[in-house]
Amino acid sequence: MTDAVVQVRGLVKSYGGARAVDDLDLTIERGEVFALLGPNGAGKSTTVEILEGFRTRDGGEVSVLGIDPIMATRSWRERVGLMLQSTSPRSFLTAREALTHATALYSHPRDVDETLAAVGLTDKADEKPQELSGGQRRRLDVALAVIGRPELIFLDEPTTGFDPEARRQFWRLIESLTDDGTTVVLTTHYLDEADHLADRIGILARGRLVALDTPAGLRSLATGARVSWSEDGVTRTETTTGPSALLRDLLARHDGEVPGLEVVHPSLEDVYLDLIGQTADAGAES
Amino acid sequence: MTADRFVVEVKEFMRSREQMIFIFFFPMIFLALFGAIFNTDDLYGTGVSFGQYFLAGMIASGMLNTGFQSLAISISIDRSEDVLKRIHATPLPPTAYFFGKILQVLAVSVVQIALLIVMGVLLFDVTLPPDAWHWFTFAWVFILGLACSTAWGIATSSLLRNGKAASAILTPVVLVLQFTSGVFFVFTELPTWLQRFAEIFPLKWLAQGMRAVFLPEQFEAAEAAGSWQLPLIAVMLTVWLVAGLVISARTFRWLRLDDR
Repeated sequence: MTDAVVQVRGLVKSYGGARAVDDLDLTIERGEVFALLGPNGAGKSTTVEILEGFRTRDGGEVSVLGIDPIMATRSWRERVGLMLQSTSPRSFLTAREALTHATALYSHPRDVDETLAAVGLTDKADEKPQELSGGQRRRLDVALAVIGRPELIFLDEPTTGFDPEARRQFWRLIESLTDDGTTVVLTTHYLDEADHLADRIGILARGRLVALDTPAGLRSLATGARVSWSEDGVTRTETTTGPSALLRDLLARHDGEVPGLEVVHPSLEDVYLDLIGQTADAGAES
Repeated sequence: MTADRFVVEVKEFMRSREQMIFIFFFPMIFLALFGAIFNTDDLYGTGVSFGQYFLAGMIASGMLNTGFQSLAISISIDRSEDVLKRIHATPLPPTAYFFGKILQVLAVSVVQIALLIVMGVLLFDVTLPPDAWHWFTFAWVFILGLACSTAWGIATSSLLRNGKAASAILTPVVLVLQFTSGVFFVFTELPTWLQRFAEIFPLKWLAQGMRAVFLPEQFEAAEAAGSWQLPLIAVMLTVWLVAGLVISARTFRWLRLDDR
């Protein structure tokens, strides 16, 4: 509570009767990288656009950097950097020109050439967005989001449509740009992205927060283990909360090696699917 | 920040082939073309050539292109493509955005009109306004007309829901106004009902104001009302300007209609 950058209490947003965000509570502390993770349509982008000051809400209290974002002022905008979900459109300005003009808007902007270098666009600085690849355009979007040295950065599904290698490069970029205490709010539907980048992950499903923890904390939600082995030529699998006892029993029944023995702890992905699956079963059809 | 926005706006305008051809050079192309086709050189025995009449009309029409048509299309495309959303996400003051646009329109219009006048002098023996009074008339008709055109460009951008359709919707509107307002044809040669129709809209008054500046005194009697009607021009343009400003202020939005 002491140094919360984002505080949300009872946030509600409906579209034509359907609740996109349903009584959401959230606190994001200064300096943390927070991921809102969830399947498409879970309410991630609606939530983030309300925090960014673009969308109105139907209920609840929202405070971002101390003010209600729907009343966003110029000085507030100067402290917030945005990377929208949509990629930067075609433009008549080159990457360098767009960044240079953006520096005029902020009191302590980053250096244009350094920022271009940081996002790996030095060689493409004089190209227009439509001459860049999708990934390069997203990197230009990052550069525009950080050019004003914001305290808080929103990244709305930054790597959708990237191949795995491009995604990893992009993560390294985000890490390099955010190691100076900047608060980052990231939305993603990629579990590995949230796991890799975030200090804490909030999992959204049908407009509700179904889990909120560190990646390690979420992993520890995974209870039990799946033990499988081969017996009389048949593969047998048991899920148990006490794998050691089962193993002791197996070892007692076998001389030497237990054929095909495998002990698998559930992955973060299993936890995630379980969490959003549970709500999907319990929730009404929308 | 306004100066910086102005530079951005001018760069974007000059690098856009559509804007340069269909907004900036269009009146010049038409001036040369229509001036050559309709080579009447003595309208109503006043010694005024169609080329001279047409110059005043093309100046007025150019102001309609540069303010109204250009802004309505470009702003609605910028809204559709989230360009306005991105601008709104920065600390840029809205006033700097709008003044950047207004200054860009002003700069383009001044250059455009200067080139049209040079063409008029070289091709149609137009004589420049002889005294300060005529230049004073030019100044207020120009400022009021361009303000009106700009305000309606911004207002119309909010009324058009889809940026891609903006050009297709507006081009016929502008063409109808040009054909009925004494731009492509001499106003007094139109059927009376068409004259009444055109009198509702500002382009007719803007063109008439420019004729008061660029045509000799003896043409005044050949106008539809037998007079330049300068006070009425001021009233009509002001009414349209105020309406345009009110609609702009009430309807302007940074986000797409489906994005809130």
